[in-house]
Amino acid sequence: MTAELTIPTQTSSKDDVVVHHRTWKDYFTFSSDHKVIGIQYFVTGFIFYIIGGLLAEAIRTELATPDADLVDPSTYNSMFTMHGTIMIFLWIVPAGTGAFANYLLPLMIGARDMAFPKLNAVAFWIIPPTGLMLMASFFLGPAQSGWTSYPPLSLLTGKVGEGIWIMSLLLLGTSSILGGINFFTTILKMRIPSMSMMQMPLFCWAMLATSLLMIISTPVLAGALILLSFDLIAGTAFFNPAGGGEPVVYQHMFWFYSHPAVYIMVLPFFGVISEVIPVHCRKPIFGYGAIAYSSMVISFLGLIVWAHHMFTSGTPPWLRMFFMITTMVIAVPTGIKIFGWLATMWGGKITLNSPMLFAMGFISTFVIGGITGVMLAAVPFDIHVHDTYFVVAHLHYVLFGGSVFGIYTGIYHWFPKVTGRHINDTWGKIHFALTYIGFNVTFLPMHVLGLQGMPRRIAMYAPEFQGLNQIITYASYVLAISTVPFLVNAIYCAYKGEPAGNNPWNALTLDWQTTSPPEIENFEVLPVLTTGPYDYGEEEEEEKELTAV
Amino acid sequence: MNIPSSIITLLLGIGLTLVSLWYGQNHGLMPVAASEEAGHIDGLFNAMMTISVGLFIIVQGVIVYCAIKFRRKPGELGDGAAIEGNVPLEILWTAIPAAVVLWISIYSFEIYNEMGGFDPSADGMHAMHGMPAGKGSAMAATMDGIPQGSPMIAAMGVGASPANQGKAAAVNVNVLGLQYAWIFTYPEINITSGELHVPVGKEVQLNMNAQDVIHAVWIPQLRLKQDVIPGTPTQLRFTTNKVGTYPLRCAELCGGYHGSMVTQMIVHTPEEYDTWIASQQQSAQAQAEIVKQTIAMTPANLSTGSYLAPYAKEMGVKPEMVKHLHQDHSMGGSIASASR
Repeated sequence: MTAELTIPTQTSSKDDVVVHHRTWKDYFTFSSDHKVIGIQYFVTGFIFYIIGGLLAEAIRTELATPDADLVDPSTYNSMFTMHGTIMIFLWIVPAGTGAFANYLLPLMIGARDMAFPKLNAVAFWIIPPTGLMLMASFFLGPAQSGWTSYPPLSLLTGKVGEGIWIMSLLLLGTSSILGGINFFTTILKMRIPSMSMMQMPLFCWAMLATSLLMIISTPVLAGALILLSFDLIAGTAFFNPAGGGEPVVYQHMFWFYSHPAVYIMVLPFFGVISEVIPVHCRKPIFGYGAIAYSSMVISFLGLIVWAHHMFTSGTPPWLRMFFMITTMVIAVPTGIKIFGWLATMWGGKITLNSPMLFAMGFISTFVIGGITGVMLAAVPFDIHVHDTYFVVAHLHYVLFGGSVFGIYTGIYHWFPKVTGRHINDTWGKIHFALTYIGFNVTFLPMHVLGLQGMPRRIAMYAPEFQGLNQIITYASYVLAISTVPFLVNAIYCAYKGEPAGNNPWNALTLDWQTTSPPEIENFEVLPVLTTGPYDYGEEEEEEKELTAV
Repeated sequence: MNIPSSIITLLLGIGLTLVSLWYGQNHGLMPVAASEEAGHIDGLFNAMMTISVGLFIIVQGVIVYCAIKFRRKPGELGDGAAIEGNVPLEILWTAIPAAVVLWISIYSFEIYNEMGGFDPSADGMHAMHGMPAGKGSAMAATMDGIPQGSPMIAAMGVGASPANQGKAAAVNVNVLGLQYAWIFTYPEINITSGELHVPVGKEVQLNMNAQDVIHAVWIPQLRLKQDVIPGTPTQLRFTTNKVGTYPLRCAELCGGYHGSMVTQMIVHTPEEYDTWIASQQQSAQAQAEIVKQTIAMTPANLSTGSYLAPYAKEMGVKPEMVKHLHQDHSMGGSIASASR
């Protein structure tokens, strides 16, 4: 065992029977328990992840050959429209903000539940029917204009599906706003009295920044979509140039939400990584203040960079330059986090288990997405690669190499907390190896395709790109298969895994200071803070012993 | 042997710099550059690539080094050192990235200026909005020989490089994007073509409009791209410096056959270009007749398919192909690009 901790932890012997406070039926009810809701979010999200993943494999199979020979080209467009929408709105946003934040925030700040438990349940129960509605549109003439849904194309193709798509996004956006209000209030108002803002775990800071973005930017998307639906259904001309409308205005309104959405999808996982690395390196996080404030800076800057998605659109030069500079600047707070994590690892006593491997994988892949992000911010270069496979590579490095690696990091780390049992580490490592290799071989060559001249969102491409596309397609199958060991391992170990005790990692944050799985109102007696969230380390230990003597 | 760690760090730093510089200049990831400005953009990309390779190696190197060096040995107890931060180090890794991105911004600003991004005629402040949107009317205007956007009318996009600002380009081409083809009209010499022909070394201006949905002109060898937006004129201005045939693709999702909306840009020697003009003008008379008839029939009353039939024929598109495409998407008439 590692050095003794200052907090007495309840070490349960292996013979202890883990008490389940919830039966499976509870997970199908309108429960207001934040832990039930968190699991509901995750399982729902993962089902949609599998659907979105199967769509991705269909897309890759189509792209194995230059001709559009697997499906009809308009069906192909519907498939990537659905893939993008599902992965963003039904998987990463619900998994990051819904699952992790719901489950962990109250535990981390010593609260018994969220600030608005009923609202929380409403926010979740909007998602499954909306997801089903969106799926149903696939059989009714689905939307074909990409997840960005730019008019006038979105007004002309797949009208029924487009209407359903708009309705779905409005509902999912509402769910997201409700969640954001809840997180924001919970973090500010529900902490135990002895915890100041600067003693919160960094995940709470990340969620504070995320919830602000959810509250500020999502309503603008709603505005854009409502106007788009008027154009679609009532024949108005807000964005339709056929009636004198301005399609570029839609792009501004859409990206005013959808760029911050990237941070809504990745900031929670910055938080997850900041939690996981100190625990498994047995070292305090390097530069707590810098990492906490950089989340807030990213959140603020994230609101003023949206037009970098529009450098080749109807955007005047001064606007192109303004958004280039703001976008470049956002690399600085992101860099602070990455260097902070590296410095935390440096000199630590690293246990290379599945959560730590995924956390290291996160840094390793996310940094590539960050680097290409700075490249894309440079207007003259972006003019060449905008709307090409370079962008496809970049966004998947951020949202898969970032968010999905972050999700797996969190799952392996908190699995013993949620189930009271260990997840098999060997299978976790196999899962990591397959995911890391499959991911990089899938997405790294896409940079080359984009630079060489392959645009995105095409069903048919020039024959000279076939070689790389075939490699990518095969690698994407590896990536898909990598999910299987995880699923089997997770389901098996949730019931049959080795009992883990309450705090197998000897972590210091409050989420680990209760039973595993946590009892229904989290804490029998509300905890009192006696130590910072990351006060690991030998010197500290010795000093305390000395003062005690 | 006991080599001081500062010397090892220095050697590693030198090695890292050399590898970054070498790869930054020799990555071979860009296609041929067919204009001087494309070369400048490649210079910017190479610089960013150099920095990126350095940063990439540092981050991955630290991860791998930590995984090996600081790995918990079997049976090892205890925590790492209780280091909670180091303010000078944190200031350093805030300041260096800030300086780097500032430098990239300034560099990009300069390249963008050389490309013609700040040409006042390309700021869109006087752009013509609300172009009449009747079916085919945009084309009718070009067929009459009236340029959609003369060089003096501001349209967003990339304008003239600083040396050429305020002057008209040597070759003006009106570009119309429609599902799923490009139509290039040369108003000065009364030629319509499905491919873009330009003389090498002469400044070319594309005045661009879309008929139905948003398209984007992308010529990878020129590193240039600009959305073509219905109702909002846009422009691209460039001077090629390499004879050859390059793809000109649509880069903005425009429907099912977006991927096949590809044609060619043929950069001719001046002599070849004159020959091409002459060959095109031989049929100009006949073409003019067709156009007059077409316009007399008021294009707004025709389906797009039948309206475009003469041009499709002119461009060598087979009627079967038009028909084939017609069935496959819900937009109504369209024509296919002949290039695939």
